[in-house]
Amino acid sequence: MKPPSLEPPSAEPPLPAPVLDMRHVSVSYGAHVPAVLGVDLTIRPREIVGIIGESGSGKSTLAHSVLGLLPKTARMSGTRFNLAGTDILKADRTALAALRGPAAAMIFQNPMTAFSPIHTLGRQLTDLLWRDRDPSGAQKRARIVAALAEVGIPDPVGRLDAFPFQLSGGMLQRVAIAAALLMQPALLIADEPTTALDVTMEAQILHLMRSLRERAGVSILIISHHLGVIAEICDRVAVMYAGRIVEEGTVEAIFRAPRHPYTQALFACEPALVPTGMRRLPVIAGEVPRPGASLCDFASRCAVKAARCVEQAPPWTRSGEFPGHHVRCHGSALSGSPPSGRTP
Amino acid sequence: MREQPPLIEADRLSVDVPGRGLPFLRRAPLSILAEVSLTVRPGEIVCLIGESGSGKTTFGRALLGLVRPSSGRIEVDGVPLPDFSARSFRALRRQAALLFQDPVSSFNPRQRIGAMMAEPRAIAGVGSTRLADIVALAGQVGLSERFLARFPHALSGGQARRAAVARALSVTPRLIVADEPTAGLDVSVQGGVLNLFLDIREQHDTAFLLITHNLSVVRHIADRIVILYLGRVVESGRADDVLRAPRHPYTRALLDSEPVPDPTRRRAEPPVIGEVPSIARRPAGCEFHTRCPRAQPRCRSEAPVLADEAGGRQVACHFPLPGAVSIPAPGRRMAKS
Repeated sequence: MKPPSLEPPSAEPPLPAPVLDMRHVSVSYGAHVPAVLGVDLTIRPREIVGIIGESGSGKSTLAHSVLGLLPKTARMSGTRFNLAGTDILKADRTALAALRGPAAAMIFQNPMTAFSPIHTLGRQLTDLLWRDRDPSGAQKRARIVAALAEVGIPDPVGRLDAFPFQLSGGMLQRVAIAAALLMQPALLIADEPTTALDVTMEAQILHLMRSLRERAGVSILIISHHLGVIAEICDRVAVMYAGRIVEEGTVEAIFRAPRHPYTQALFACEPALVPTGMRRLPVIAGEVPRPGASLCDFASRCAVKAARCVEQAPPWTRSGEFPGHHVRCHGSALSGSPPSGRTP
Repeated sequence: MREQPPLIEADRLSVDVPGRGLPFLRRAPLSILAEVSLTVRPGEIVCLIGESGSGKTTFGRALLGLVRPSSGRIEVDGVPLPDFSARSFRALRRQAALLFQDPVSSFNPRQRIGAMMAEPRAIAGVGSTRLADIVALAGQVGLSERFLARFPHALSGGQARRAAVARALSVTPRLIVADEPTAGLDVSVQGGVLNLFLDIREQHDTAFLLITHNLSVVRHIADRIVILYLGRVVESGRADDVLRAPRHPYTRALLDSEPVPDPTRRRAEPPVIGEVPSIARRPAGCEFHTRCPRAQPRCRSEAPVLADEAGGRQVACHFPLPGAVSIPAPGRRMAKS
């Protein structure tokens, strides 16, 4: 069996219009608690983009901002924030609500809490189709059954009368993906979609997501702190730290030649990459600081910190031999060694 | 490996729960844990592995008496527990501590961290609850004095995990049973928790029973591995042997399911499909045959027995994989002979 291609299927020019286009987008909670700082992110049709980073790095805030799911205290700003052609920054509540579903849909970390426990799955999935006023109940039901079959639910008709507690976590995550796909979204946002699942189910869900890109043509933004998950399905990867994207590139660039000291440290900590027989496992000492507290937020934990790291903001520079590989660091061009424990 | 007498030994431990049905009718009991035997020696780290529903958490709880075993025997230092009464288990728990999967929910939200760490000493009447000694206890897990006055909600995931370890250590247990000790932690801090376990073992010769499904963690810390499927041991042995050359197809499937952080080694197909069957409807014969890529007609009718092999290894399979052939595991492994 040939391993799936690493190339995004739409690599040839001219590039189609992006599904998600963010330029210098910032989100803060209240006036004084920044969570996301000046993020640039573009997702093109049928592309799978991953975001990695520790808890507190702003990954989930970024994902929620796309769907307008942030709490009322959150403030968004930016020079451009387009989702499927609609400007999110100018959209009011009604416009945002209309985007949820057709433009972007989300699957959450814990499928057990993503559904109402007191309604059948069939009822909940039918409710999602409330906008379709014309089709009959039978037509809606047929669409739901088809969607459940598509994501590999055995006996989809029987499952319509089941309550969430009657399904396992893996099956419910499949139903959540089916629910998202019912809306035929241009972008599927998955926030740690396999963290609550067993490895055997994780492998199946990742396989399903990859095949949906081929079959349904959906773009996927996946958030994970699991490097194995990111390597398995992403075309492009953005590394977030303290609200900023500190490195971005193709999955090969990030996994073959990580440049930012933070990315390198993350790889060094990954237990699957640490050689066995080491007496102690590596860690990144300290914690993610409050975003924007210093010019380079990683300086306080960085192993290769220099004087200019606290004097000047690190520039966003092109790096290495991989196209589109960028890194926000002063010293990255010099210290671009592969992470320890890996061989080229 | 040290061949010491076992610190704790579970012999054919089973846990049954009442089956479904009306209470006044006879209900066939459901067996969540079926005759699981396991020994932990002093200073040994044993990892119990399996998917959700495999009974691994139940085993940890049954071993310490939080779930009442239905049958079997538990020996501590070669002395069997007289019965499974609350009193017997209370004596056992003087020597063993349990780390719960979610540390924050195992804390009292209105109790300060320092008081929480001191509480087991006050209850057991051992050790000192003086501030200086609690500070020293917190220091052992890498928490400074300023954390003692905090409430649980003010701790990060890694700090909460450390506080839970400090509470477990407060009565210097000889065995720590840890349920998914790295679940929900960032990779940048989970190494710290595992290093802490290794330090504790070094200093106190504490033994660990780690219940986990994170195989990449197991690889670094386990001395021995026990793999459960539907409440039964399907394979066990020294960690190196089992990880290098699994004998049971289920172990192989678990190892292959772990995604590799290398985009050039993507899998075309998931290594195993389907999910763990319900314990209410255990498959006949070998219980893994419904998902096993190597299943033969015999597997559907005849249940394999857990057979002892050389090197302290056990496997329950009619057609085990050849133990010697080794497929490179994820990551780069140092040559170790």
